[in-house]
Amino acid sequence: MVNEILEILNEDSRRTPEEIAVMLGTDVETVRQKIEELEKNKVIVKYNTLINWDKTDREYVTALIEVKVTPQRDLGFDAIAERIYKFPEVKSVFLMSGDYDLAVMIEGRTMKEVAFFVAEKLSVLDSVLSTATHFVLKKYKVDGVVLEDEERDYRQVIVP
Amino acid sequence: MNMESMIAERVKEVPPSGIRKFFDIASEMEGVISLGVGEPDFVTPWNVREACIYSLEKGMTCYTSNWGMPELRKAISCYLSRRFGLQYNPKNEIVVTVGASEAIDLALRAILNPGDEVLIPDPSYVAYMPCVHFTGAKAVAVECRPENEFRLTPDKLEQKITSKTKALILPYPNNPTGAIMTQEDLEAIAQVLRRTNIIVISDEIYAELTYGKKHVSIASLPDMKERTVVINGFSKAFAMTGWRLGYAAGHPALISAMVKIHQYTTLCAPIMAQVAAIEALKKGFEDGFASVEYMVRQYNMRRKVMVNGFREIGLECYEPKGAFYVFPSIKKTGMTSDEFCEKLLMDQKVAVVPGSAFGASGEGFIRCSYAYSIDNINEAIKRIGNFLKKIL
Ligand SMILES: Cc1ncc(COP(=O)(O)O)c(C=O)c1O
Repeated sequence: MVNEILEILNEDSRRTPEEIAVMLGTDVETVRQKIEELEKNKVIVKYNTLINWDKTDREYVTALIEVKVTPQRDLGFDAIAERIYKFPEVKSVFLMSGDYDLAVMIEGRTMKEVAFFVAEKLSVLDSVLSTATHFVLKKYKVDGVVLEDEERDYRQVIVP
Repeated sequence: MNMESMIAERVKEVPPSGIRKFFDIASEMEGVISLGVGEPDFVTPWNVREACIYSLEKGMTCYTSNWGMPELRKAISCYLSRRFGLQYNPKNEIVVTVGASEAIDLALRAILNPGDEVLIPDPSYVAYMPCVHFTGAKAVAVECRPENEFRLTPDKLEQKITSKTKALILPYPNNPTGAIMTQEDLEAIAQVLRRTNIIVISDEIYAELTYGKKHVSIASLPDMKERTVVINGFSKAFAMTGWRLGYAAGHPALISAMVKIHQYTTLCAPIMAQVAAIEALKKGFEDGFASVEYMVRQYNMRRKVMVNGFREIGLECYEPKGAFYVFPSIKKTGMTSDEFCEKLLMDQKVAVVPGSAFGASGEGFIRCSYAYSIDNINEAIKRIGNFLKKIL
């Protein structure tokens, strides 16, 4: 049930408890309660909107920064990750296996702004050994959603 | 030459499809919201499409065995065993066809002589009656009632059995009613049939799409396999309608008779579709048919939304447990299904299909498909509600 509620909200966070109750064949109160619990336990962290900013006149660039760090005794990667994710310019931070340690997604208004942020704020951190910046040129698919060129409904209006 | 006079009597005798008229009006209209489609709104999963593209790149563009590719028949055999507990030998008990449609036609043509009778639950899918008629045999409707949730009942069946009855078409889960037959329901039917020489043509194309209860095939009941030909395909469960791929499984003598017709009329099902179907099944064996289960979960939610929506606007409907159709009654409007659908289309631009297109027992009902997004379903129900307010 909980997973089904999450699946529905993940698809469309505007679904109301009333709608979800019908979809799952249960009562509204149960759905409300479960959602409240999920919010309280931070399973549901936030309800947000997937926006294709490329279609607006907002100027922005996104970059993926590969960051190599030295983990700290007792704290591992968590402390340095926190130092990094506290910056509002940083949109996401993942600990990675493989060639580098942290994948940091940064958003800024211009490439220069991002480059300066990396040079002045990231590279200078004590445990950061090196960084490599990759700018995003085009977003095709974000969080499971294809941004352009979605397949349309080719079906005829009435079929037996 | 007067070409019309040249058309065979049997073809002329079949009336034009009851759906055609609505299709012609609806497809000309702007802004139509449709609940009229009998096929999935999902696109074929990418792994399946990708496997087909790859086969084309490799140059797999030839004919296959008349029976279908051995690897595909093996996979189908395995699939029927795993999902429905049915055992069929891929060597001589399975034929791959151009959709379940061709398999139904082959089965009928392989067994029917002119004058034979074929029992067809009413209402049912539109193709059975014409296909029977084309062979020179007679289609006999067996009424199914809403109070029985449109299941076939042994008493109605027995009433229609004569010395000429050659076959029964058993189409469950049902299009258009969404009815399913449980193991007990089937056992009651089997009890009638075991005393006869009637062949069961079991159209199980919606077998994967049931909600709550798992599908049971009549062929899995004692002594029923030998007299049953199971028809299935990839259209509904794997969202592959346009690929035109289905199959039949049954007694080797019947299947080889079907292959005889198939090899001369069709040669084989398209190799591209067969390769794609192999991928669909293989992936299914690996991940427990996750994409089928995902689609079933989505359909189930929409089903609940639609049943609930119709009840809220005052349209009576029983809870359908299979396929992707809801079949509400419009009797209280005093209109025929045809009238209702035409007025609804003109007034609110919602396309649904009159129940009467599926047989006389469908009169007074409309078929609404929930192979649509929830938003589309909600909008259609709102409009139907507006329409009811106007006319009641
Ligand atoms: C009950 C039933 N049988 C068979 C078919 C045809 O299936 P296929 O696409 O495999 O020919 C349909 C399609 O709507 C159907 O509803």
